[in-house]
Amino acid sequence: MLSKDEVLHIAKLARIELKDVEVEKFQKDLSAVLDYVEELKSIDTEGLDEISQVTGLVNVQRNDVVVQTEDREAILSQAPETKDGYYKVKAIL
Amino acid sequence: MNFEFLELTELRKLLDEKKVSSVELAKYFLGRIKKYQDLNAFITVTEEEAELQAKVADDYIASPGENPFLCGIPYAAKDMFLTKGIRTTAASKILDNYVPPFDSTIIAKLKEQKAVLLGKTNQDQFAHGSSGESSAYGFTLNPWDKTRMPAGSSSGSGAGVSAGLAPYALGTDTGGSIRGPASFCGVTGYKPTYGRTSRYGVISMASSMDTQGFLCLSVEDAAHIAEYISGHDPKDASTGALEVPEYHKNLQADLNGLKVGLPKEYFLEGMEPGVEKRVQEAIKQIEKLGATIVEVSLPSTHYGQMVYAIITPSEISSNLAKYDGIRFGHSTAEAKDLLEVYNKSRAEGFGDEAKRRIMTGTYVLSAGYYDAYYKRAQKIRRLLVNEFEQVFKQVDVLLTPTSPNVALKSGLAQHDPIYAYIADRLLVNCNLAGIPAISVPCGFALPADGETPSADGLPVGLQIIGPQWGEQKIFNVGYAYQQATDWHKKHPSI
Repeated sequence: MLSKDEVLHIAKLARIELKDVEVEKFQKDLSAVLDYVEELKSIDTEGLDEISQVTGLVNVQRNDVVVQTEDREAILSQAPETKDGYYKVKAIL
Repeated sequence: MNFEFLELTELRKLLDEKKVSSVELAKYFLGRIKKYQDLNAFITVTEEEAELQAKVADDYIASPGENPFLCGIPYAAKDMFLTKGIRTTAASKILDNYVPPFDSTIIAKLKEQKAVLLGKTNQDQFAHGSSGESSAYGFTLNPWDKTRMPAGSSSGSGAGVSAGLAPYALGTDTGGSIRGPASFCGVTGYKPTYGRTSRYGVISMASSMDTQGFLCLSVEDAAHIAEYISGHDPKDASTGALEVPEYHKNLQADLNGLKVGLPKEYFLEGMEPGVEKRVQEAIKQIEKLGATIVEVSLPSTHYGQMVYAIITPSEISSNLAKYDGIRFGHSTAEAKDLLEVYNKSRAEGFGDEAKRRIMTGTYVLSAGYYDAYYKRAQKIRRLLVNEFEQVFKQVDVLLTPTSPNVALKSGLAQHDPIYAYIADRLLVNCNLAGIPAISVPCGFALPADGETPSADGLPVGLQIIGPQWGEQKIFNVGYAYQQATDWHKKHPSI
C-alpha cells in the first residue's frame, strides 16, 4: 500500500489539500487502482512503439491570421477577482 | 397528442405541416421534464431560453423555403458541452457557478440548425464514472427501475431519452459513457470515430480519447443527427479532414455481402445468461438479414481496461490542472497566498472521484514511475490498435454485448475506486483505438442480482463496432436490425 508520505507528496504535486481522513482513504484507493493495473507488467512490450494519436495526424498547422475570439469582458467576468482588465492573484511569497 | 418517443422524421413532418409549433413541442417536453424530475436527469433546465429558441424556429418555419432538418426540434445536452450564457457545471461543485462566454462547436452547429435546447443533463462529475454516481448533483435514476443506475457517465442523457424527456440528448464517450447508458436505459447510443466531431468547447476528460455523440430513439435518427454535428473544425486540430458522408441518405438495410466478426474475448464467461441469450438472438437476426458471421480474435482485449486506467487519469491530471481558482470556477475564501488558492480551491471544488483520478494520474506520470506505467500503457495501446487493424482486414464490423449485465443496483459504484474500469471493459478499447461504435437495444433480460418491477426484465444492448471513419457501416447494420425488430420501440412505464 502507498504510504502516508507518498500520498501527501502526490497531493502536493497535484495541488490538492487533503484532510487526514482523506489521506488514509486515498492510500487505500490509489493502491487499489495500482494493484488493478499490475498485470500489465507481465506483458512483453519489446518492439512496440508508444501511441497517443490514433488517427495518424502529424503536426497539424493553421494559417497565421488574426481572428476575433471571445469577448474579453465576458471571459473576465468569470474570474473571482480582477483589476483594470487583469486577473488579480494573491501574493506568491 | 403525445410527442414523446416520436422519431425525428415524424417530428419534422409535424412541424413542416404546421400540425404542431416548436413552442408547443418545447413546452410539452419541458412539462415532462418537470413531471419526471424525480429521475434527476437534468442539472439545469433552460425553460426561458428554450421558449425563445422555439419562437425563432417557428418564425423561420413560417417563412418560405426549406427548413433545416433539426429546426424547431427540442434536444438536451450533457453538462460537458459549453453553452454561452447558460450555466455549465460538468456536475462538479468547482464549476457550480460557471457561465461559459462561448458555445462549443457542436452546440453552435445545432444553433445554426435552429434546434431547441431544453436543458443540461446530469452526469458523472467531469464524466469520471460509469454510473452517474459521482455527480455533485445526486444520482440519476434508471426509468426502467428506479432502484437501479442508468449507467454513466452520460447518465441524465440516457435516462432522459429513455423516459421521453427529450427526443435526443448529446453525450460524451471517453470510455463508454454513451454506449453504457444506451444499454442500461434501452436506447440507441452513438460514439463516432475520434476526431469525427469537434472537442472545442466540450469540457476535457482524456483528450486522446474524448468523443462527442448522443443518445436517441433509433439508428435512423442517429444517422440524421451525426450528419449535422460532425466535421472538421479549425478550432480542434485533432478533427479529421475527411468529408462527412450523407449517413442518412446512404442507409442500407440489405446486409448481403457484409462480413461480421464476433470477437470471442468480448463474450465473457461470467456474463449474465439472459444477456448472452439476447445478444445471440440479435446475431442470428443479423445473419438472417444477409450478413456472414465469423468468429475472430482480439487477443489483448483484456488488457484494455488496465491501459485505460493508466492513460485516462494521466490525461485527466493534466486537463484538470486548469482549475486553479483564478480565472473561472470555484475559488476558496480561505487562502492567504497563491499556493493556498490552488490547494484549497481544488480541495473544496473537486469530488472524490475527480481527486482520485487526478492523483492517480499525477503518480503514474511522476519521476521514477513514468516508464513503468504511462509509457508501458502507451505501448500496449499500440498492440490494441494493431489488433483492431488486423481484424478489420477480415471483417466489416464487429458485434458484441455492450455490457455483460443489465442495469445494476444504485450505490454500487460511489465508493469503489475501480468500479468504472471494470464496468466499461467491453467499451474502452474502442476509445483507445479511436474507432466508432453504436449500442442498440436488443431485448430484455432479468437481472442476476434480484428482482425488478419491470415485468419483462431490463434492457440489453448490442454493440456494433466499425473501423476508423466507418460510421456508415455501423449505421447500416443497426438500421437493418431495427427495420426487422422493434426492441427500440419499447419504452418504460414511468
